[in-house]
Amino acid sequence: MTALLLAIDDLNVAQNVAFGIIALLMIVAALRVVTTNNIVHAALWLVIVLAGVAAQYILAAAEFVAISQVLVYIGAVMVLFLFGIMLTRAQIGKESGLNNKGWALGIPVALLLLGLMGYVIIDAYEDTVLPDRGPVPTEAISDQFLSIYLLPFIALSFVLLAAAIGAIVLARKD
Amino acid sequence: MLVVNFLLLAAVLFCIGVYGVIARRNAVLVLMSIELILNSVNLNFIAFSLMHGNIDGQVFALYVIAVAAAEVGVGLAMVLMIYRNRKSIALDELSEMKG
Amino acid sequence: MLAAETLVSGWFLENAWLIGLIPALGFAVIIMFGKHLPMKGAEVGIGSMAASLVISTGAAYQWVQRTDAADSHGEEAAGLISGFARSLAPHAAEGGHAPEPFVEPVVTTWVWWQNSGLEFGIGSSVDGLAVLMLWLVAFITLLIQIYSVAYVRGDRRYTHFFASLTLFAAGMLVMVMAENMVQLILGWEIMGLCSFLLIGHWWEDEANSRAALKAFFTVRVGDIGLLVGVAIIFFGSNQWAVDNLDSNGFNIAAIQAWALSGDPSATNWVLIAGAAALFVAAIGKSGQFPLHTWLPDAMAGPTPVSALLHSSTMVVAGVFLVARVYPVFWQGFNIDDGGLSFIAIIGGITIIVGALLAFVQDDIKKVLAYSTVSQLGYMMLALGTGAWLAAVFHIFTHAFFKSCLFLAAGSVSHSGSHHSFDMKKDMGGLRKPMPVTFAVWIVSTLALTGVFPFAGFWSKDEIIDNVGHHGYTFLFWVGLIGAAMTAMYMTRATYLTFFGEPRGAAAGEHHEDEEHAEEHEMETLTVGAHVKTLSAAANIGNGGVGAGDDGGLSDDGGSGDEPHAADGDDHGNDAGSDHHDDRGPHESEMLILVPIVILAFFALFSGFTNATPLGEDWERVKTYVEPRAAEVPIDEYLASGPGESLTLVIPNAEEGEGEDESHGEEAGAESHAAGGCGFETPEPGTACFFPSLTHAEPTISKIFLSLGVVAAAYAVAIAFNVMYYGRRNKRLFGLTERSRSLRGGYLFLKNKYYLDALYENVIVHAVAHPIANAVYWFNQHVLDATVDKVGEGTKRTGIWMYDNIDQKIIDGAVDGSGQVASEAGHALQPTQSGKVSQYGALLFGAAAVFAIVLVIVNVS
Repeated sequence: MTALLLAIDDLNVAQNVAFGIIALLMIVAALRVVTTNNIVHAALWLVIVLAGVAAQYILAAAEFVAISQVLVYIGAVMVLFLFGIMLTRAQIGKESGLNNKGWALGIPVALLLLGLMGYVIIDAYEDTVLPDRGPVPTEAISDQFLSIYLLPFIALSFVLLAAAIGAIVLARKD
Repeated sequence: MLVVNFLLLAAVLFCIGVYGVIARRNAVLVLMSIELILNSVNLNFIAFSLMHGNIDGQVFALYVIAVAAAEVGVGLAMVLMIYRNRKSIALDELSEMKG
Repeated sequence: MLAAETLVSGWFLENAWLIGLIPALGFAVIIMFGKHLPMKGAEVGIGSMAASLVISTGAAYQWVQRTDAADSHGEEAAGLISGFARSLAPHAAEGGHAPEPFVEPVVTTWVWWQNSGLEFGIGSSVDGLAVLMLWLVAFITLLIQIYSVAYVRGDRRYTHFFASLTLFAAGMLVMVMAENMVQLILGWEIMGLCSFLLIGHWWEDEANSRAALKAFFTVRVGDIGLLVGVAIIFFGSNQWAVDNLDSNGFNIAAIQAWALSGDPSATNWVLIAGAAALFVAAIGKSGQFPLHTWLPDAMAGPTPVSALLHSSTMVVAGVFLVARVYPVFWQGFNIDDGGLSFIAIIGGITIIVGALLAFVQDDIKKVLAYSTVSQLGYMMLALGTGAWLAAVFHIFTHAFFKSCLFLAAGSVSHSGSHHSFDMKKDMGGLRKPMPVTFAVWIVSTLALTGVFPFAGFWSKDEIIDNVGHHGYTFLFWVGLIGAAMTAMYMTRATYLTFFGEPRGAAAGEHHEDEEHAEEHEMETLTVGAHVKTLSAAANIGNGGVGAGDDGGLSDDGGSGDEPHAADGDDHGNDAGSDHHDDRGPHESEMLILVPIVILAFFALFSGFTNATPLGEDWERVKTYVEPRAAEVPIDEYLASGPGESLTLVIPNAEEGEGEDESHGEEAGAESHAAGGCGFETPEPGTACFFPSLTHAEPTISKIFLSLGVVAAAYAVAIAFNVMYYGRRNKRLFGLTERSRSLRGGYLFLKNKYYLDALYENVIVHAVAHPIANAVYWFNQHVLDATVDKVGEGTKRTGIWMYDNIDQKIIDGAVDGSGQVASEAGHALQPTQSGKVSQYGALLFGAAAVFAIVLVIVNVS
C-alpha cells in the first residue's frame, strides 16, 4: 500500500491515472460479462474488456500487440461469438437462468484464487518499478518471429489452418 | 508505474473469468469467460516483457492471441454441433459423462 | 625244525570260487534271457553246470596231487628226524608208520564285511570234503538238468525251473566251499529258497503250495538253531581265534581249532549249546526225527527236484554241516567218550521211523522219500558215533543210487504209468515194456540195500561196522535191522511197480482223473472203452475181497489227506504231449535214460573208491577227504596265504596212535587211542583241526553177518510180496481188517505217527492262533483306532478352520475391502456429475489449494 502511494508520488501521474481509469472500466465490464442475463449484452461487455486490454497494452509500450488485439480479438473473435450466439438461437433480450445451479460455488473459488494470487504478487513484486521505455518497433518483433521463433511461427500457421478446417468439418451440415 | 498494477489487474480478470466458467450455464458465455482468462494471461506477459526489457513476452502474447482465435473458432463449431443435436446449449444439461 | 615249504596248489584249487559263481551267473542269464533262447534257458543251465563240473574235477585232481605231495614230504621229513623226535618225545609213536601231515585247505577269499576289527570274507576254502561235495553236486545237477530237458518239456514254467535248479546248485556249491559260517548260512538259505520254489513249481494246485510252505517252515524251525548256534560259537571262539589264529569266530577252521584247543573259553556249556543249536538246524534240513515230516510232502515237486534236492544234495546239507564243524560236536556231545551221544540217538530213531513208514506208502516217490529219511539217519548215526569217514562216504554213494532211484521212478511215471506215481493203481508188470528202467532200478536197489559189490555195501556196512567198533552194540543192531527193513520195503516197491499184473495206466488204460477227462475225449479210446475201464478198475479194486478198503488196490495215494498231489506230474504240461501215452507203457527217451544209466553205473562202482575191506590202497576217500588229526604249529599255519600251505614239519609224536594198521587182527575193535587231537589238548603253539578218529577193521565174519541179514530180509520180503500181492493169499489179505492190534499199528503208520496232526493241529494252532488273534486285536483296536482318531481330529480341525477362519476372517476381510472400495466409489460419485462447470470448479479449487500449500511451504 505504501508502495502504491509512493508510486503515485514518484512516477508519471498521467500514466497511473489512465491505467487506473481503464482498469476500473475493465473490471466492471468483466463483472458484467459474468453476471448479466443478456447474452448479447455479455458479448458487448466483453468487447469493452478487450478494448481495455488493448489500451493497457499501449500503456505498456506494446503497440503491435495492442493493434493485433483489436484486430483479432475484437474484430474477429467477437464477431465469431456474435455469430455463434445468433446461430444458437439465443433469445435476444433477457433470459433467465444463464447461471448454473451451483453458481455460488464459484465465488469462494474465485475469491480464494484472488487472495492467493494477490498475496503472492504483492509479496514478490511489491517494489518493482517498471522501466520507462519507448515503444517497441514492430520490426523487432518480426525479427524475433522470423529468426528465433520461426518454427513456432510456422507451426502456428498450421494450427490456424487446422482450426479453420476443423471448424468447417465440425460445423458442416451433413 | 509499478508492475504490481498490471499483475493485480490480471489476477482480478483471471478470477472473474474463473467465476464465469464455473457459474455460467450457456456454453458461449463459458467461452467468453475463457477469453477473459486468456486476456489476463496476455496482460501478464506484456507486463513482464516491459519489466525485463525483453520482447519475448510480446511475441508470446501474440502467439496466445492467435491460438485463442483458433480455439474460439473450433469451440464455437462444437457449440454449434451441440446445439444441433440437443437444441440447447445449456451446459448443465450436458452430463453424458456422468458417473 | 625244518624249513617250511609250500604245498602244491593249482589254478583249479585257487579259483574254486568259480564253481559257485558260474551257476549263479547262469541263473541270472536264464532269468533275464531264458525265454528267448532256443532251448529256453536249459542250455545255459547245462552249460554252467558243465563248467562247474570241469573246474571241480580239476580241483579234485589237484587236491589229490596236493595231498600226495604233502604225504611224501611228510614221510621224508619224518624219516629224517624221526630218530631225533623219538628221542625227544616222551611218548614215542608205536606203529612206526609215517605220521600223516595236515593238508591245509586252499583258501581264496575277498573281504565281504569289515567293521571294528571283525572281518569276514566270501570266497572258497577247498579241502578234501569240499572237493568231494563240489564234484558230487556239480555232477548230479548236470545229469538231472539233462534229464529235465525231456522230463519237464512243455511245462508252463520251463525256464524258471531251470533257473531255480541252477540257483540251487549255486547255493549248495557256495555253502560247501564256505570258509566261514556266514557264507555257509548264505548258501544254506539260498538252498532253502530254491527248495521252496521248486517244490511249489506247480503252485496252481493248492496242495503243492502247501507242501512247499510246510517244507520251508519246518526247515525254518531248524534254521533258528543255525543262527543261534553260529552266534553262540562266535561269541565263544572269537577271542581265542583273534588271539591265536589271527582270525575270528566265524572262520570255520578257527572254530574247529578252538573246539579242540581245550581253551578255557571252550567250556562245556558253550560247546554243548552251540552243538545242540547247530544240530537242530541239521535235524530240520536233513529230515531227522522229529522234523522229518516235510520230506515226504516235498515229493509234490517235479521228480528231478526230488532227485536232486530231496535225496542227494540238499538234504545232506545238515550232515555236511555236522561233518564240517565236527570238532564242535565231538567236544560238545562227548563223542569221544563212548557214551551215547544225542546225534547217534536221533540218527538211530530216524532210521527206524523212516523205514517203518516206507512200508505203508502207495506212492512210489514217498517210499523213496522215507528211504531217504532212513538213510540220512544212517549218516547221522555214523557221525554221532565217531565214524566221520563212513558218513561222508555214504553221502557220496547214497547220492548216486538214490537220485538214480528217483529218476527211474520219474521215468516210470513219464512213460509207463501216464504220469501217475501210485503203485497200486497205475503200475505193475512194467519190467517188460521198460527193461532199461527196470535194470537201472534193480541196480540201484541192490546198491541201496547193501549187496556186494554195489556201492551201498561198502558205505552202509562201513557205517554199521564202525558203530559196532566204537562200542555201540544196541545201535549196531539198529543199523542191521534198518538194513533188513530197507531190503523189505524196496522189495515191496519193486514188486508193485515192475512185477505182477499191469494195473490202471500201466495196462494202457487211462486213469480217470477229472482234470484229464477233456483231453482224453480226443484220444483213440471210445466212450465204451472208458466205461469198460471204469468197471475194470472197479473190479480190480473189489476183486476177491469184501469191503476191505485197506486190502483193495484202489486206495488213494499213501497220504490220506493230500489229494492228487503226487499223481499228475504233467499238470504243468500245456503242450499236451501225452498223446503218445495212448500206446501204453513204453521205454523212455534217450535224454531220460542216459542220465539214469550213468548214475546206475556209479551206483555200481563208486563203492570201490573206498573199499576198506580190500585194503588200505583202496581207501581213496579216506586218504584224500578225511582231514588229518595232526597238530599244526600255529605260526606256520598263520603264515600261509591264499593258496599256500605249509607242511607240518614236526610230526606230533602223540598222534597217529589211532591209525590202526595192524593187519590181520581179528575183532579189530581197537582200543581207543589214548591221546591225540580230540582226546588231549594240543601242545601250546599248535592247533588241532580234526579229532583223531579210529576206524573199524572189517572182518570176514562181520561182512557175512550183514550180507546174511540182507539176504534173509530179501527172502522174507519176496515171499511175502508174492503171496500177498501176487496170489492174494487169503490168510494174509485183510489181516489188518480182522486184527485190531494190527489195524491199530497200520493206522498209526498210515497217519505218520500222528506227528503231522500234532504239529499242525496242536502246536501251530495253539501258538499261532492266539498270537494271530492278539495281533489282530491290536491292529484293529490300537493301530486302526489311532489312525481313525487322527483322521477324525484332522477332519474336525479342518471344518473349524473353514467355518471360522476361512469364512469369517479371511473372506470377511476380502469382502470388506470390496465393500470399502464400493462405498468409496459411491461416495465419490457425485464429483463425476458430467457437468463441465463443476469440473472447472474442482479444477481451479484444487489448483488453488495446491498453490496455497506450495506457498506456505516455501514461505515458512
